[in-house]
Amino acid sequence: MDLRELVAAMFLFALIVMPLESLQAQSVRPPANAVNQGIDKQIDEQIGTSNTLGTNSQSDYWRDLRHGKDGLATSGQSGRKLIQAQGEQWRIVRKTYIVKYGGWVLATAIFLIVLFYLIRGKIRLKAGRSGETISRFSLPHRTAHWFMASIFILLSISGLILLLGRTVLMPVIGKNAHSIVASAAMQGHNLFGPLFIVALIWLTFMFIRGNFFQMADLKWILKGGGLLGPHASAGHYNFGEKGWFWLVVIAGSIMAITGMILEFPWLAESLQLLQISVIVHAIGAIALISAALGHIYIGTLGMEGALDSMTTGDVDVVWAKEHHDLWYEEVTGQKVANPEAEGSQSIPDHNQISAQSQTTET
Amino acid sequence: MARMKFLCDAERCIECNSCVTACKNEHEIPWGINRRRVVTLSDGKPGERSISVACMHCSDAPCMAVCPVDCFYQTANGVVLHDKDLCIGCGYCFFACPFGAPQYPQAGNFGSRGKMDKCTFCAGGPEDDHSAEEFKKYGRNRIAEGKLPICAEMCSTKALLAGDGNIVSNIYRERVVGRGFGSGAWGWGRAYIGEGRT
Repeated sequence: MDLRELVAAMFLFALIVMPLESLQAQSVRPPANAVNQGIDKQIDEQIGTSNTLGTNSQSDYWRDLRHGKDGLATSGQSGRKLIQAQGEQWRIVRKTYIVKYGGWVLATAIFLIVLFYLIRGKIRLKAGRSGETISRFSLPHRTAHWFMASIFILLSISGLILLLGRTVLMPVIGKNAHSIVASAAMQGHNLFGPLFIVALIWLTFMFIRGNFFQMADLKWILKGGGLLGPHASAGHYNFGEKGWFWLVVIAGSIMAITGMILEFPWLAESLQLLQISVIVHAIGAIALISAALGHIYIGTLGMEGALDSMTTGDVDVVWAKEHHDLWYEEVTGQKVANPEAEGSQSIPDHNQISAQSQTTET
Repeated sequence: MARMKFLCDAERCIECNSCVTACKNEHEIPWGINRRRVVTLSDGKPGERSISVACMHCSDAPCMAVCPVDCFYQTANGVVLHDKDLCIGCGYCFFACPFGAPQYPQAGNFGSRGKMDKCTFCAGGPEDDHSAEEFKKYGRNRIAEGKLPICAEMCSTKALLAGDGNIVSNIYRERVVGRGFGSGAWGWGRAYIGEGRT
């Protein structure tokens, strides 16, 4: 069943079945013995039928069970429910939507990056390296970044093995080897998962400054980030970097919450919460990993001089001028002579706007 | 080849939990795990019914479908078994199973799951039949001994039936015709969906 159909069916259920049930309750046949009315009513509420019992097993009774009616269990971990009907939906959502389409989303992300590389190539410094640098990220910033990066990569790989291993890895290395790898992946994922929360909080505090939306970002978006066309002016962070930051913060928080539920299953009130957590965790993971692939590409292979900001922390002046002109102007107080004739007219605007937003922010 | 099935006649089950106990004893199942459980519906009210439930050995088993390490396999008799050497204790089979069959021993201090344990239809596991290794991991292999599952064999009211699906459903049909009521073959619609009538 389609996920949308599922949601639609749930709404339909609420719209149609619930009023019907109340109708049914009204049209209950009066019992032959009026004294028993109270008990009969109680029974009706319990099992949802009007004329069962005694020695009869009504089909409605069994149908209710099939849809997850509770009983009373005296033994076992699985509790009162005889049939948990959501399990089948969970299976479909996981197998069809998450594993299949999620895998394709990741493959598409990789494909698009390769395509971008083939079309645009490495974005080089037009003026070449000057040798003169300015400081972009302090050591605490870089430490927070690489702490998060290490944990993120570890969790991504181990998580992907659990998600896609059976489809991708198992046919290659065989069941036994795959089981060992998957077991290590699961243990590693559970072990390093909580560290992700530490890294996330640290990263958020270190990088939140300067990551709020500014008017310059709107122009950056309108110019498509200068990915294919002329340069789009940007401050310390361009809109792409800001978007990535907020994706990490928001999706990362969701990953942390669902991850904790899955790591400590007894925290979950119900099996349904665990089922939803697995699905949400997987969707969040696919979103984050896809975006991370782009982030890693542009930070290393895709752009000359970009990696410096996270290794030495000092970037070449030319890189700053060409990619973060507004930031360069702010730091050095010097104007960037814009080489793009097309963009030169809008430079004063940018300055004004950034000056305005600077004052309003601080 | 016979298609092995369980059937619990809710008109006969008296909630004695002997199936649970017999199973535990036969397979020397560790503390904290029950491969079978009894659920009572409308407890203490008119129309109370009890049903003994364990792995139903589904035709299109959800556990097999979702297992990330593909540790499940279905025998020619339709019995769903798993390989504990492959199992990583992720819990996904428990998320998917309609009957709550998979059980996990607590493995770590933080409550992490150990390798999954579930009803084997008394058919052991992938190890050699009657080997000590098989008994340790999966319990006794009664099917290889030519016997049927202990839970059904020693059920005091013969509420729980186990064996060839055709024979099981014939016995049940005779009962229903004989007593004239009680035709809810509980769980069959979910477990043996798509197999047609037997």
